Amino acid sequence: MKYIYYPGCSLKSTGRAYEESLLSVFKTLDVEYEELNDWNCCGATSYMSINESKAFAISARNLALAEAQAGGDGEGPVQLVAPCSACYLLLLKTRRYMEEYPEIDRIVRQGLKEVGLKYEGNVRVRHPVDVLVNDVGLEKIAERVKTPLKDMQVASYYGCLIVRPFGAFDNPWNPTSLDRLVGALGGTPVDWSLKTRCCGGTLIGTVRGVGLRLGYRIIGEAQRKGSDLMITTCPLCQFDLECFQKDMNHDFEVNFNMPVLYFTQLMGLAFGLPEKELGIQRLFVSPEKAYKTCVGG
Amino acid sequence: MEDQPLDSSKVRSIVGRRSLYWDQKVKRRFKYEAELDQGFAERVAKLAYGEKLYSCIQCGTCSASCPVSHWMDFTPRRVIALIQAGYKEEVLECFTIWLCASCYACTVDCPKQIKITDVMYALRQEALEHAGYRKRFPIPVLAREFFKQVMKNGRNSESHLMLNLYMKTNPFKLLKMVKVGLGLLRTGRFSLKKEHIKQREQFQNLLKAVDRLEKEARIEEANDRTAKRIASETVDRLEKEVHQ
Repeated sequence: MKYIYYPGCSLKSTGRAYEESLLSVFKTLDVEYEELNDWNCCGATSYMSINESKAFAISARNLALAEAQAGGDGEGPVQLVAPCSACYLLLLKTRRYMEEYPEIDRIVRQGLKEVGLKYEGNVRVRHPVDVLVNDVGLEKIAERVKTPLKDMQVASYYGCLIVRPFGAFDNPWNPTSLDRLVGALGGTPVDWSLKTRCCGGTLIGTVRGVGLRLGYRIIGEAQRKGSDLMITTCPLCQFDLECFQKDMNHDFEVNFNMPVLYFTQLMGLAFGLPEKELGIQRLFVSPEKAYKTCVGG
Repeated sequence: MEDQPLDSSKVRSIVGRRSLYWDQKVKRRFKYEAELDQGFAERVAKLAYGEKLYSCIQCGTCSASCPVSHWMDFTPRRVIALIQAGYKEEVLECFTIWLCASCYACTVDCPKQIKITDVMYALRQEALEHAGYRKRFPIPVLAREFFKQVMKNGRNSESHLMLNLYMKTNPFKLLKMVKVGLGLLRTGRFSLKKEHIKQREQFQNLLKAVDRLEKEARIEEANDRTAKRIASETVDRLEKEVHQ
């Protein structure tokens, strides 16, 4: 089975390390993929705020492109992998709303037709967590582990959008996919309550006080539960939680130094992949100390 | 100075101002029916795919699950109540609709399955159309800049987006971002390259087509409404005539 990979804008700039580590992990686990040709932005929350039909139309363009690129080879639905939470949600939402609301379906389809595109409704949108845990399987992942994470306490931060409202691969209130994954890598998953609490998204850039406070609460809780590091699944969550820790330390008089990795980076480390391939050097807070004390070496 | 007798006209003016002051302070807290927008709830419900909007039981689960409700001027529960009652200006001018971070916690938790996040999106669209928002408030500015950039290039370039945002709202705020910006530069996560797709023309044509189709649908719907009204009026008139 071949996956079509939809990176999204963030994975080409601030979230570059996510792309690097994700693709390395895919290669290690023999997951076949190819990048979607000429993909466009998913529209994020901003398009929804301004014009909903256009938001659905641009996401539908990606769905149509994916379908065309896969070319009806008759092996079930086209598997489109979207690693960014916002992209994942928007693609899912577009699919769902086109099915549920004939009015949207009509406008979007007609629009696509006028520029020579066609969407048959034959795309399944997947998140890499879903692909790795449910398609590849934890057993295969555990087999590939070279340096188990031993006693490392890992807090899995799922963020808002991958488990709710449309993500169907895990429980929206208490997801466990990443925790099971951490277990397979040999680490200890931290049981904590803010797994799916919102990080504030773009609020950190717009209304700084609000964004910082939301991030502060999440990291604070992870630290209180004794986490050595946190893993995330979204480029924006990672950016908000990692890059603003110095500002949080200043504003809330705390002393955060919590490494926040993409879950694929942690997988890569356990697989013994070179750090360069995983984009570890792109992190603000190096996981080296946590890694050395727990895993050794 | 102190020995001067008080000017009686001055005293009067002060007293007058005082009473005016209290007149301004004591305000009517609700609107009379004539001042409300009766069709508001219907319009929002239509935009937000939710007749369910009317079935809100005011339980407050949305406000409780919202991570930003303590910064909001109206909590989500109150926003829904205000929509139902037709308080259009209040709802379209509040911060609540822009502070929503689209985390969908309320949508998932709502016992009546109201799509509250979609309601917020619908209100944003209404607010932008009626310009009832603050010009330099960063959240709508960001949305607009993002929209423009993607419309033009098909993709968004994060660094340009942030620069545009601060230039259009408050350039001094950029200073607060310097530390993070330098960090991004150091780690190779900052690029000034403008991303764009190859088939920009196709992309823009798609947006134009959708724009046109949407307008057509709106006109059709308005025509439908008018036709229905005329039809029902005619029926009424005919019935009356028959009775007479």
